[in-house]
Formats: sequence, C-alpha cells, structure tokens
Amino acid sequence: MMTDLTELTIAEASAGLKKKEFTAVELTEAYIANMDKHRNLNAYVCETPDKAIAQAKISQEKINSGQGGDLEGIPLGIKDLFCTKGIATTACSNILKGFVPPYESTVTANLLQAGANFLGKLNLDEFAMGGSNETSAFGPVINPWSKDVPLVPGGSSGGSAAAVAANMCAAATGTDTGGSIRQPAAFCGVTGIKPTYGRCSRYGIIAFASSLDQAGPIAKDVTDCAIMLKAMAGFDNKDSTSSQQPVPDFCKVLGADIKGMRIGIPKEYRVDGLNSEIASYWDKAAAMLKDKGAEIVEISLPHTKYALAVYYIIAPAEASSNLARYDGLRYGNRVDGEHLDDMYTNSRTAGFGKEVKRRIMIGTYVLSAGYYDAYYLKAQKVRRLIRDDFIKAFEKCDVILTPTAPSAAFAIGDESMQKDPITMWLNDIFTVSVSLAGLPAMSLPIGLNHDGLPLGMQIIGKSFDEENVFKAGYCLEQQAGFKRK
Amino acid sequence: MSIDANTVKKIAFLSHLKIEDDKVAATQEEFNKILQWVDQLKEVDTDNVEPLVSVNNEHLRLRQDEVTEGNQAEAVLANAPVKEYGYFVVPKVVE
Amino acid sequence: MSGMIIQGKTGDWEVICGLEIHCQILSKSKIFSGASTHYGSEVNENVSFIDAGMPGMLPTLNEECVSQAVKTGLGLNAKINNYSAFARKNYFYADLPQGYQITQFQYPIVGEGFVKIELENGETKDIGIERLHIEQDAGKSIHDISPTKSFIDLNRAGVGLMEIVTKPDFRSPEEAGAFLRKLRSIVRYLGTCDGNMDEGSMRCDVNVSVRKVGEDGFRTRNEMKNVNSVKFVMQAIEFEARRHVEVYESGGQIEQETRQFNPTTCTTKAMRKKEYAHDYRYFPEPDLPPLVLSDEYINNIKNDMVELPDAKKERFVKELGLTPYDASVICENKEVAEFFEKAASGHDAKKVANWLMGDFFAMLNEKKITLAESPISAENLGALVELVSKNVINGKTAKDVFAIMAATGEAPEKIVEEKGLKQVTDVGAIEKVVDEILANNQANVEAYKAGKTNLIGWFVGQVMKASQGKANPEVVNKLLKQKLG
Repeated sequence: MMTDLTELTIAEASAGLKKKEFTAVELTEAYIANMDKHRNLNAYVCETPDKAIAQAKISQEKINSGQGGDLEGIPLGIKDLFCTKGIATTACSNILKGFVPPYESTVTANLLQAGANFLGKLNLDEFAMGGSNETSAFGPVINPWSKDVPLVPGGSSGGSAAAVAANMCAAATGTDTGGSIRQPAAFCGVTGIKPTYGRCSRYGIIAFASSLDQAGPIAKDVTDCAIMLKAMAGFDNKDSTSSQQPVPDFCKVLGADIKGMRIGIPKEYRVDGLNSEIASYWDKAAAMLKDKGAEIVEISLPHTKYALAVYYIIAPAEASSNLARYDGLRYGNRVDGEHLDDMYTNSRTAGFGKEVKRRIMIGTYVLSAGYYDAYYLKAQKVRRLIRDDFIKAFEKCDVILTPTAPSAAFAIGDESMQKDPITMWLNDIFTVSVSLAGLPAMSLPIGLNHDGLPLGMQIIGKSFDEENVFKAGYCLEQQAGFKRK
Repeated sequence: MSIDANTVKKIAFLSHLKIEDDKVAATQEEFNKILQWVDQLKEVDTDNVEPLVSVNNEHLRLRQDEVTEGNQAEAVLANAPVKEYGYFVVPKVVE
Repeated sequence: MSGMIIQGKTGDWEVICGLEIHCQILSKSKIFSGASTHYGSEVNENVSFIDAGMPGMLPTLNEECVSQAVKTGLGLNAKINNYSAFARKNYFYADLPQGYQITQFQYPIVGEGFVKIELENGETKDIGIERLHIEQDAGKSIHDISPTKSFIDLNRAGVGLMEIVTKPDFRSPEEAGAFLRKLRSIVRYLGTCDGNMDEGSMRCDVNVSVRKVGEDGFRTRNEMKNVNSVKFVMQAIEFEARRHVEVYESGGQIEQETRQFNPTTCTTKAMRKKEYAHDYRYFPEPDLPPLVLSDEYINNIKNDMVELPDAKKERFVKELGLTPYDASVICENKEVAEFFEKAASGHDAKKVANWLMGDFFAMLNEKKITLAESPISAENLGALVELVSKNVINGKTAKDVFAIMAATGEAPEKIVEEKGLKQVTDVGAIEKVVDEILANNQANVEAYKAGKTNLIGWFVGQVMKASQGKANPEVVNKLLKQKLG
C-alpha cells in the first residue's frame, strides 16, 4: 500500500491506475485531503471536490473498461484565469466576483477530454499582473518552501506552482505573459513550460496581453509537463492566433541522447550583480549538459537589456484595452452611479486593484495621442530587434540555457518590492525577452540556495521546437537530481 | 518625457478610473519614474526597423459564413447585474 | 459647374463636403462571430459570447464579409489591398461590449477609387473615394423606456460594416444626394448591402466646411453623425454651410465639433463636448493576424461581378438608344433595369423607357406598390408598346388599355381584341367621318380658312370622338389638312 498517492507524478499515477493499484476516486480523495491540510497556503480560491469525485468515478469506469485518455483520472488544479463552464472564474479580481462563465476554455476542455478532473481554481495575481501573487483580490499565496517568514510563490501563476509543490494537485495549468509560469515554478521548486505562442489556444483564457499570453503546464517534473502540454496544446479555429503546426508527442524525446546538442549561453544574461549562487548553478547546469555530450557555445542577445522596458509598454497597452470590457454592465461587480459614465468609473475604481490600475493607466498613456510613436511604436520596433537577436543566436545553438529568475523566493510584503514597482518588475528580467519573441521556454529546479530555497534554470527553444527543450530539460533534470519538496 | 498633473487626470478619465485629487501628485511621480525608466529605449537605433505586431507568422484564417451561435439570451444575460425584459440595464446614458 | 455658391455680405462662398457612409454588410452571420445578423429578432437573441464581450472570447473573421468588401471596392473602382490589418478603436459606450471596436485603421482592405455621379443638368462628376474598411457594428441603447435607465440590446453588436470614406469632393447638396443614390444603387446591384437608410443599414456622417471662392486649402469642418436619409443629408449640408458663412461673416470662428442634425427643424446643434473623449488610442488588434488576400482571390471575385449601373447605362445608351438621363434613371435600381430590359426586348426601347418612366411608375406610385407587385408584367408592357408601334392601336387607346392592364393584369392583345379597340387605318373609312364632320361644322370651316388655323385640333378631336378613338390620328390630321386647304 502506498503511503501517499499525492507524491506520485502523473506518469506514476497513470501507471498505478492502469494496474488497479488504486482507483481514480482514491487518488482524487487523497488530493482533496491535501487541499484541506494545506488550506493555509491559500492556493485555491474555489474548490470543486464534488465535481472532481464525480469525474473521477466516470474515469474509473473508463479505466475499468480499458479506455481513457492520457490524463484519465488525474486530478488537476486550474489557474483561475481559465474560464470553466459553470464554475466561478474571477482572474482573482473583485471586478469579476460572482462571474460564472457559460463556456469552457479550449485548454481546459482539452484536459477534460483527456480524462482529467478539476479540483478547483487556483490563486493568481489579479488578471495575471504581478510576479509574487500579492496582487490577488483573494490575498497572497504562501510558498510551501517558507520557513519562518512566509515567502511569495512567485507569480502570476503562484497558486498553480504552490499547489503542485505542496501536492495539492497532480499538475496545474498556468499562463505566461512575461514569465508567469516559469518564475513561480522556479520559486516553488517545480517544473513549468511556456510553449511557443500559438501552441495552446487562448480561447476562454481571460486576456492580459493578447500578443504575449500563452497557456502551459506547471507539474512535478519534465515528464509530467510533456504529458500535460500534449493534452493542452493543439490547433483551435476559435483562436485566430492558434497555430496549425502539428503537436508532437513530447514524451518520445525524453531520455534521448543530447550528444552534439549545442547549448547557447547568452553573455548578456550575466548581468551586473547577478546572485553568485545563481551564477554558479548556471555554470554547473552547463557543465552537466556538457558531461552528457552537449556542446556549450557563447551567444549574444544584444538587446536583452531593453526587453523589460519593451514589455512594460506593450503588455500594459494591450491590457488597457483588454480590460476595458470590465465595466459592470454585462457581468461582474457593479457599483452604481447616477449616469452610465459614473457607473463605469465607480465599478472599475472599486473593482480593480492597485497594480492593475497602474498598468491600465500606463497602457492608456502609451497609446494616447501624441505618445503612441514615442512609446508603443518604439517598443514594437525594439521587440523586433529582440526577436531577431534570438533568430540569429539560434543559428549557433539548439537551445539556450539561462537562470529563470534573478533571485529565490522573497518574503511576502518585501519592502523594496512594495515601494517601487520597477524593482518588482525586474524579477522578469530573464523571462520577458522570451515572451516578446514568442519562444518556448521551460523552468526546472536545479538546486537549493543557502537558505534552502529552490532555484530554477530556464531552457529556451526555437519557435515550435519544444522537443529540444524537453530533451535538454529531461537530461538536466536527471543530472541535477533535485528532490521535490 | 515627463507628465503633468493634468495628463494624469486625462489618463484616469480615458481609463474610467477615479483618482482622488490628493493622489494625483503621487501618481504623477510614480508615472514619471516609470517613464524615465522606459526612456532607455531611446538609445536603441530603430531607423528602418519595422514594428513587430505579432510573433505569429500565419495569415488570418477566414471562417465560413454560417450561423453557429445564438438563441441563448438567457446565458448571455445570466451574469448581468441588472436586466429587465431581456435587456441589459444601465443608469441613463447622458448624450 | 454644379457647385453651390452662397452669396454672402463679404463675397461668394463655396461649400466643401465629404461623406463617411457606414453600410451594413449583407451576410448570414456577424463579422467576428457565428451569431445571426437577422433584423427584428427577440432582444439579445442573436448574441454570441463574443458579441457580448465575455472574458476570454476571441474574434474570428467571416469570409463573406471580406468578399463583400472586395466586391464593393471593385464597384467603387477602387484598389483592393492585398494586405490589410485590423486595429482596435478604444472608447467606452454602453452598446460597445468589448470597450473597443475592431476596425481597420492604418491598413484598410480597400484604397482609393471613384464613383461617377450624374447631375440633373446632364453633367457628370467623379467623386473620389478615400478608402473602404471593414469593422463591427455596435449594439443598440434604448433611452426612452425609462427616465433613469437605458436598455441595451446587443443583437446588432458585431454585424459587419463597411465604412466608405469619400474625399471632400462635394460642392453642393445636390452632388451629395446624387452620390448617395448612386452608392446605394451600386451596393444593391452587388448585393453587399440592402442600402436602407431608414432602417439604419446605411448611415451617413456628413463633414461640411465653406471657403471663399478662389481660396486655397480647407477651413475647419463640422461633422454631423448618423443623418439617415438622402434628403436630410442634403438639408444638413445646406443648413450647415449657410451657418458657417454667417458665423464667418459676423466675425466668428468655426470650432471643430460634432453636431447633430434635427430633421424636424432642419437645423444642426452642437453635441455635448466630452473632454478628451476622442482619444481613441488605435493600435493593431493582437487577436487577429493581418489579412492577406491573393491576386487570385481578388480576380475570382472580379470575374464574378454583376454588371454595374454605369456599365448597364452605357449599354442602354449605345445599344438601345436611350438618352443618358433616361438610362441613368432606369439603371439606378437593378430590378427596374432588369424589368426594362425584359420589356424592351424586341420592341422600341425608347418608347418602352417612356412608358416605364411615365405611366408605369405613376401607376406604381398611385397603387403604392413595388415593382415586384406590379400587375403589369414586363412582357405585357413591351407588347403594349409594340401594338402602338405597329399602329394596331393609337396612343390614346394605349392609355386606356394600360389602365385596364393595371386593373386586371391582362395581356394588351387580349384587351384590344375583346374590346374591339383596333384602330381604323382604312383611309376611306376615316375620310367618310372627316367629310361628315366638315359638312356639319361649316362655321368652323370658314373660320379656319379665314386664318384661325388652330381650330385643327378641334377638328381632330371631333373626328376621334366620332370614331370612338379608333381612328389613326396621323391619318386624320393629314386628311383634315388636305380638305381644309
């Protein structure tokens, strides 16, 4: 008899289910028990245990009759940015309090189709705007690795990363606009991948910055990420930016020889004052891959330093427009006013949190008459240069290896982060340029720092070449031997 | 570039967000700091660089002209804070 | 020179006017969703979650709206752009669910073109087309149900629109009126818009300014939104131009503003000014990649085009001998032109045109029926003309036959046969009647011979009366003149 079913990866649990070692209902109940146990982490904002059990029962019947999808009977957590039919979806914003979508996002529909059941909706930074989960209207998530002081789980998919780390779900969905899957995965010692822009349909995912948003999984290891991504991804005619590229079976490349694979190390990422522990893990990771036959090449991404500024123009600009629909008219929270305009302003002022308002206003400003060329257009031009840097770099290498974040998880309410939004934004320094270029990138844990907190490495691939990312990621995972929480 | 108090108010107006008068100065200061920071982009030579609108390389796909949705007024209105006679209802619009 | 000159105290002023016309595209479903475009459905019945601006919903472009726009562009003799792109126009309004309108800004689907208009004095003029772009319509706000509330119906939200922008080429209300009628005719021929201004499927914004005759450049213009009939557009231009002249001549200045035309008073008044309200913050729509049309696609549409009013008119003038004016009146309406062509087939086209534009239209007006409901078929109208041409009946009898046709729908041959209306062309028979009339009216014969030659008409009348209208008037005339010397 297993001691704790929630310790199992998806691959292990699926095998156990097939061998009838336990049932899908038992597996789901084990996760539900863990959700109760770790409720203090505040990872879930809406729990749907009854639904999960009901789905698990259906899954068990399928398993019994030898049918079922790749995720049959697997209990997942869903970032509360994915619309789920009949289940409250809030983007962790007061403005969407009480909103129950009458439709299902394509990604969650794909997961249900593959046999998964949903334990509930996971906490995030309000509208995915933040890097610490502190902007959530439901309050911050506590990083399961916290010791004396409660630490942030990272963001925006903080609830997802924390829930996976604390075994409150087998895996979770995340979304990544500037690092929102990778950075929390790194902070919580779990694995996450943001696929190429266009891989996963954005239909039914509450939009933050449409040209950057991508869904991806956060899971216990590289293999589970491969299983999850295959189920989530795929062409969707409801999303005009969804790609028609066929989705390969990512599991097939896991464990493949990386001999001769060229690993790019961008010199510009060795920023001044880079945390020495992170720098040394970076070197170690490169050495591990080299040991397995990879070739390490230095590459240059000269416009890296401008990526954050570009990101903090483009993302807020798109957000200011995407969030215009939240006006208290057709759904969500309404604060009345004498006239329509008063109602709009009252509802939005009461409904949005500080960081969201800040980004709406910045976005509005950079698009407004007289400033568009200086900010928005300029940012789009530099965005092209950033993407071209990658295209050029990939002539010399197959994947790129960098740290995921410039630090380990920090304390909730950290003063320097609170005081200056830019300090908080700097957390995205290693992740945003990848988002701007639309490339796939994975974060996986590499080891612990002197405080015993996990650190992550990022592997970036060419457009639609997740396979090499998985290949290198799996190899590094094996070499690093990181022990999950 | 730096922005003045009036611009802050204009942006708040366009965003449909209320800024109390005593918060305008603080917002203005914060904005100026952010704008100063993004002004580093000015260093980049972008002459002859086409703006990158999307990383998507595929052209727009066209949908067949077929009626596939509708007859779901109830679902459309289900989340409405106020509805009457099948309409969404709002406070009077001032023209 | 068809321009309108306003004689002011300080000299002569000319009117400058440009139009922006919104045409609802004829298609089954909306431009970015699969909801029906049907007019007159139950409230909010034709609304998809996309049209309602629900969180996470994404637009997909309707092929029909693209081909309809291309067709219309070709009908406007305009350049079809292989590359066009969508943009967001950001503003808050109750019937704009997304908080932005998806439209085209920098890259419209159709570029410059022209439309030839015919004026009553026989002159023609080319009106320049600046562009045509496609976009989504807004919903409807209903303000008159309650004094404190507005009611929103989104059935119209998302219906495809073509916005056609002319160059400021109009110099009189008459020209603008002729253009609108011509444009309506073109879109109806093409079946791209039903052109009904009173139902709002064609709506017109009017831009007016004035300048001194001989002056270069343009002065400040005012825009009048949603003027909803050709007549009102003409009245609005006239009023607004005169107002401008008055303002300038009394030492004032015209401020750029949006005004509303009141059809009851035939005046315009400024709309409430909203500070900064017109900063629309256009930016490229990130949910829709650029629209790329191949030459082949455009050529296929071109090869499939119906004959347009101008070409039809030219053919009617050249091949059927119509006057340009008659031809343009007949060709304004596709159904009328088709009816005419059928009626004229094998008969004297000019005479058919006269009948059509005279008695036939009068009959429709009197009966308040449409062409499709006409009791007189095209074939029967042609047959009636033929009976006159072949001297079977004379013109006067033809009018009587026409009246019977209008009442009964019977064929003219049948009526003539049954009622014995064939005209008498037998000179001997007519001569007998003439002689009788002359003999019985000696006094008038004397008077005629003494120089009162206009009595000829009276004699003709008497002969016709005596022959019950069946005598051939030409023969009567000839015989009378012979006999009276």
